[in-house]
Amino acid sequence: MTTRVQVEQKVLTENQRLAIELRERYRQNNVFCLNLISSPGSGKTSLLERTLAAFPKDTRVAVLTGDIQTENDARRLSKYGFPARQITTGGTCHLDASMINKHLADIDLAALDLLLIENVGNLVCPSSYDLGEHAKVVLLSVTEGEDKPLKYPSIFSKSELCVINKIDLLPYVPFSLEQARENAQRAHPGIGILEVSCTTGEGLDQWLGWLHRRRDQAIAAASARS
Amino acid sequence: MHELSIASAILEKVASEADLRPCARITKVGVRVGEISGVDPDALSFGFECLVKDSPFDPLDLDIQLCPRTQRCPSCVHEFPAPDSHTACPRCGRPDTLCISGEELDIAYIEVEEQTPAGTGNED
Repeated sequence: MTTRVQVEQKVLTENQRLAIELRERYRQNNVFCLNLISSPGSGKTSLLERTLAAFPKDTRVAVLTGDIQTENDARRLSKYGFPARQITTGGTCHLDASMINKHLADIDLAALDLLLIENVGNLVCPSSYDLGEHAKVVLLSVTEGEDKPLKYPSIFSKSELCVINKIDLLPYVPFSLEQARENAQRAHPGIGILEVSCTTGEGLDQWLGWLHRRRDQAIAAASARS
Repeated sequence: MHELSIASAILEKVASEADLRPCARITKVGVRVGEISGVDPDALSFGFECLVKDSPFDPLDLDIQLCPRTQRCPSCVHEFPAPDSHTACPRCGRPDTLCISGEELDIAYIEVEEQTPAGTGNED
């Protein structure tokens, strides 16, 4: 006799459990955590470099950066004097909560205000894995085509902010900013949109402003709850 | 391509459900996959088949229920399917509608075949 048993559980229960634990650890330590996601080459590492370069030396920030192979990004990011750890996934196309957990082992969360996670370059798989972050930020560069949000709606619908990078190249590529904004809004009604160039620095003030405001908001919400 | 990890997580859940039922065999597992979950159903089926073949659970069917993206309008409460991210409300035109379905990645059910021990006289 065959019987059907209702299970009603998330497939990624174990990842979710770890993500909830991480989120609680961030909350207890007043750490604001962002998960940066994009295709390879959209400029996640460049945005992080510009961000770290703009921070005062006593900023309590650390970076975890994911790639399939090489320590290149951690080397690039550690030049700015803040802790930067490489997570090499060895083939896995995304970061998951257990990788974050493992690589936070030698980082003192109590000494941080901000944790920036750079995911593996991929617009698909990272969208399924909660890393306990406060917000996902998706990057899109003007060399990629303005229909990316419609082709990859999952990551755009889960991200709070869309950063359009490489706007210094707009005169040279057939990319419509207006269309890109409209597509991002279609994939995620209400998504925040910022336009930056990590080469010229244009728009970075707005990005840093967003980062500070969003962090203050998250910390205020956490202290209101406790 | 993370469908193999997803398939592996489904099989782990099947294994833990099987541990709870030593006298039964799990024959099917039902999952819900949302249109914007980022998971490709074909790749998931393929990965699942490959993993099951080398597992103690072979044969085991995977039933994938696809969940289309559905939005709800906060103004007129209209609920509508939104293929290709057509998220503006078709009734009142409001652009910022809410996603109420399409992000699922859930294990819905398992089907279990009770195996009555031979010789007990309880065979149906």
